[in-house]
Amino acid sequence: MAKSDVKVLGAWPSPFVMRPRIALNIKSVDYEFLQETFGSKSELLLKSNPVHKKIPVLIHGDKPVCESLIIVEYIDEVWSSAPSILPSNPYDRATARFWASYVDEKLFPSMKEIVSADGEEAKKAAIQVVVDGLVLLEDAYAKCSKGGKFFGGEQIGYLDIAFGSYVGWLRVTEKFNQVKLLDEAKTPGLVKWAEAFCAHPAVKDVMPETDKLAEFAKVLAKARAAPPPK
Amino acid sequence: MAEELVLLDFWPSMFGIRVRIALAEKGLKYEYREEDLTNKSPLLLQMNPVHKKIPVLVHNGKPVCESAIIVEYIDEVWHDKSPLLPSDPYQRSQARFWVDFIDKKLYDTGRRTWSTTGEEQEKAKKEFIEILKLLEEQLGDKPFFGGESLGNVDVSLIGFSCWFYSYETLGNFSIGAECPKIIGWVERCSNKESVSKTLPDSKKVFGFVQELRKKFGLE
Repeated sequence: MAKSDVKVLGAWPSPFVMRPRIALNIKSVDYEFLQETFGSKSELLLKSNPVHKKIPVLIHGDKPVCESLIIVEYIDEVWSSAPSILPSNPYDRATARFWASYVDEKLFPSMKEIVSADGEEAKKAAIQVVVDGLVLLEDAYAKCSKGGKFFGGEQIGYLDIAFGSYVGWLRVTEKFNQVKLLDEAKTPGLVKWAEAFCAHPAVKDVMPETDKLAEFAKVLAKARAAPPPK
Repeated sequence: MAEELVLLDFWPSMFGIRVRIALAEKGLKYEYREEDLTNKSPLLLQMNPVHKKIPVLVHNGKPVCESAIIVEYIDEVWHDKSPLLPSDPYQRSQARFWVDFIDKKLYDTGRRTWSTTGEEQEKAKKEFIEILKLLEEQLGDKPFFGGESLGNVDVSLIGFSCWFYSYETLGNFSIGAECPKIIGWVERCSNKESVSKTLPDSKKVFGFVQELRKKFGLE
């Protein structure tokens, strides 16, 4: 399929945007990465995702697909030859979807709470919430990986993509707060998993370096503190 | 193989309702267990330790949580009868998008139509109608979101219809006046046995909402 037939609208720092890119890499599908300018939304984005006006959007031919995890499932179904992204067993699929939903609905908001926490005590409490969540995921990892390196077993899969896309931001949070969130003592499995994930060929060119992401985080914080643009 | 299905649920929950309808569409027998959400059963806490929420489908002793995930699970395991998701990947992505949209928007906005007052309530009513209008656009001229038969969007949305009376009465607005197509769709869905035998009575739901409002000091 010609590269221009598959486009991803997004931005390099976004964990959500990383997901379809990793999925396309797993399937060895070429795509054009169209980056949005920070602070504004392109005509193409507004046209392709009128409901939410958010990235990522996958444009396949002329058809847009929105919502990062829905895009990943779409990619797995369209390019259905191996390697598979979703597990083959329905119960394992439900489990992977459950934890992906947990990561988006609980873990990510709790990471954001660390940023907005006011004062030492609040920050400590917010950090503890994230650590508690990661301990749950450590347990999920032990069960899902079935002895393999990844949540998907021997190969990276849906839950690796869903959770792994946050590793860059987890590392930034660790750096800014001088704390270990993925910790040898509490989450040894996840420590190894995060390294393996980031080193994976489908991931390594998509996952930004922690320092670059940290710089961006500072830009983001400044932009949020500034008065809103007209 | 003898399948054991237990559903931990709460009768007015629009999320539980979607699982009940999915099970009915597939013609599946299951044990329904009513949870007292103020006094959650040990089984619920054991089966959904992360969220401690209903609905939970327990299939041969193994729990499946999160209503949208349960519906897809049911559709995948019992795939021979009444498919709830389309087979085309693009259409599947669209169906999933709209279920996700319903989950992100409708519950919170609907809740605000009866749990807030003044300007906040007016805002909630306006948003609620906008959400339904977007869904009406999606429905278009089809009898159901799933086309000729119920799909996962229909199954996920219809559970809200028994709450419409509560939203309208407490919010003092008419959903039918603004969104007649949705009301038409509700009527068509209600002609389906899986829906008519599952949906709780709207007045009964209203009674429950009144109790909630008393509890929150809104009455």
